[in-house]
Amino acid sequence: MKFSTYLEKIAGVSIYPVVSLVMFVAFFAIVTFWIYSIDKNEIERIGNLPLDDKKN
Amino acid sequence: MSLDKFYYDNKLPKLFAIACIFWGAVGMLLGVIAAFQLAFPVLNFSEYFPHLAFGRLRPVHTNAVIFAFVGNGIFTGVYYAIPRLLKTPMWSKKLGNIHFWGWQFIIVCAAVSLLMGFTTGKEYAELEWPIDILITLIWVVFGINMFATIITRRERHLYVAIWFFIASWVTVAMLHIVNSFEIPVSFMKSYSWYAGVQDALVQWWYGHNAVAFFLTTPYLGLMYYFLPKAADRPVYSYRLSIVHFWSLIFLYIWAGPHHLLYTALPDWAQSLGTAFSIMLILPSWGGMLNGLFTLRGAWDKVREDPVLKFFVVAVTCYGMSTFEGPMLSLKNVNAISHYSDWTVAHVHIGALGWNGFLTFGMMYWLIPKLFKTKLYSIKLAATHFWIGTLGILLYAIPMYWSAFRSYFMMKAFTPEGQLQYTFIDIVQTVTPFYIMRAVGGTIFLVGVIIMIYNLIKTAKQGSFLATEEAEAPALEKEYRAPANSIWHSFIERKPILLLVLSLVVVGIGGIIELVPTFLVKENIPTIASVKPYTPLELQGRDIYIREGCYNCHSQMIRPFRYEVKRYGEYSKAGEFVYDHPFQWGSKRTGPDLAREGVNQPSAVWHFNHMLEPTLTSPGSVMPPYPSLYENDIDVASTNSKIHAMRKMGVPYPEGYEAEANNDLMKQAETIANELREGKKIKIASNKEIIAMIAYLKRLGTDINLEKKQ
Repeated sequence: MKFSTYLEKIAGVSIYPVVSLVMFVAFFAIVTFWIYSIDKNEIERIGNLPLDDKKN
Repeated sequence: MSLDKFYYDNKLPKLFAIACIFWGAVGMLLGVIAAFQLAFPVLNFSEYFPHLAFGRLRPVHTNAVIFAFVGNGIFTGVYYAIPRLLKTPMWSKKLGNIHFWGWQFIIVCAAVSLLMGFTTGKEYAELEWPIDILITLIWVVFGINMFATIITRRERHLYVAIWFFIASWVTVAMLHIVNSFEIPVSFMKSYSWYAGVQDALVQWWYGHNAVAFFLTTPYLGLMYYFLPKAADRPVYSYRLSIVHFWSLIFLYIWAGPHHLLYTALPDWAQSLGTAFSIMLILPSWGGMLNGLFTLRGAWDKVREDPVLKFFVVAVTCYGMSTFEGPMLSLKNVNAISHYSDWTVAHVHIGALGWNGFLTFGMMYWLIPKLFKTKLYSIKLAATHFWIGTLGILLYAIPMYWSAFRSYFMMKAFTPEGQLQYTFIDIVQTVTPFYIMRAVGGTIFLVGVIIMIYNLIKTAKQGSFLATEEAEAPALEKEYRAPANSIWHSFIERKPILLLVLSLVVVGIGGIIELVPTFLVKENIPTIASVKPYTPLELQGRDIYIREGCYNCHSQMIRPFRYEVKRYGEYSKAGEFVYDHPFQWGSKRTGPDLAREGVNQPSAVWHFNHMLEPTLTSPGSVMPPYPSLYENDIDVASTNSKIHAMRKMGVPYPEGYEAEANNDLMKQAETIANELREGKKIKIASNKEIIAMIAYLKRLGTDINLEKKQ
């Protein structure tokens, strides 16, 4: 079995790297927006999770 | 609100910790032996123990360090941290025990089978198909236990360390399954489903991401848990850790092709690998700085606490190697580093510094906790720290030096346009560096032995705390997200969604990277004169794989003047279409063999060389292979091997299975005759060396045929 016989050609394969870059930038922007939307107290509480297993 | 009472189990973390340290010492010892073998070939003991030759020992070393040492290190941390972060015991002790013993059983099977020569010939994925299946099963057991624990948790939010564990689990599962597609020929023998360029691409997509999702992301999870614990302060920026997580898993998966620069891989895939490797610096350094800044205001503690000392060097080594990695993926730097000792130095900064030191720090913190006592000797731990650091330096510096030295010698031409140095000249000039490297490794191992002594003493002076009582309120059924939180809490509270999103994120990279090469014909132009291997050559190739020749010899000539002059016409993608698996290799301790058939067509030369390499190549560090002259070719397997190859699209004629052995005998007789007529060498034509010679004489000759036509 040869995978390469399924499709003879993909048109414009050179666009792949550009698509990838755009995807990453968009992804990065979303994550950045996301983290700045988190409530400050909440993030402090979560950040302290490893340290509070004694308290409960 | 009523509090639930429950108990954390410490037995499994203890067992995993013991296994981690034990296999770590074994894996490093094997590394030290292999390092000395490269400098002193007599240590291969080929005449007595063909199983211990470098080609078989080195995969045991790499697999032991990655899957036994680091693997058990990950599980130690996971089984300790997850219950405490989620305020619930692990879901099932039984599954935990199956996981532990299953994993140790796999390690033993791996070591034994690799030494016996059962190997797929794909780096860090050498284990044969029955063990691959076993790994899959145990990995699923681990996954079920982890997810069931997460689902039955008492803390709604998943701390970032758990995200890293989840992403690691799902990605390793994906990598292992995709890379292990192989067609079994017999019990303990299979052929890779992919061939040539495709196999190379899948393999290095796997190989690179095994580093990413086995050696890096789970250890980042450990860092995000144990570093705040040891420093007794929260991580510097939890926000940064979220960016670190998502960008790291998004980017890492794309970078695999940087292992294949200047090879016959399509150009666009090479560029893609380079671009994403450079981008990787950002999240990696974000993570490193997040780790180091956690110690802000606590640097005075670092001076006294050995745990923090180890963590600081580990995180620094993480930063160093994640800067070095992207640099190595630049084509001009890669031209120097690839196939050289630079790569070896790079991975050892990661393995010894990042994985090693993080593990040691974790153990120095964890073992006293598990045994309700203090560390037996802080002084010994500090000694270990300095010895270990010295070991890393003594290991890495000679390797960097050797890499540049051999590069400059490789590319040196005389004014007349001839190569100035032979390959043997270069081997001899770097041998002293191999000795220094082996000494560096030994020193590092001495540090580990000091640690083992210290930890045993610690355990003896304390008493083991098998379970720890804890209390926490049950998770409330109705949850209202706090104000100002848009959808972060949505994902963070839903582990299965997190799992799926992680898979999507790593899957995108995998698909874009792999699919075009599978689908587009123009990526692998076929060459009319490239024909399938004859049955004898195929048997020879399997012996080549069994002996692990790829650990020292590449089969990929890059398009550089100094390589073409030394090894012959550069390699073309179309030459490898019948190579299941590919054998491009990643390190040249010996010369490239892609055109060995052109460069060394004499059967007599190969016969003498394999019997005693220094006869034909004085100064060679290759071990002899006397067993090939005694063992018979396994002709009983020819039928099923040809059949398997035909199933994968290798154009042997229908029904050729039945005739293959006749052709094999005929060709073997021709080679035996050549030996007899050439130097009056008498050897039966059914010995393994005959098949090996047939394979080596074939290598790279297809293209020559085309020229003549």
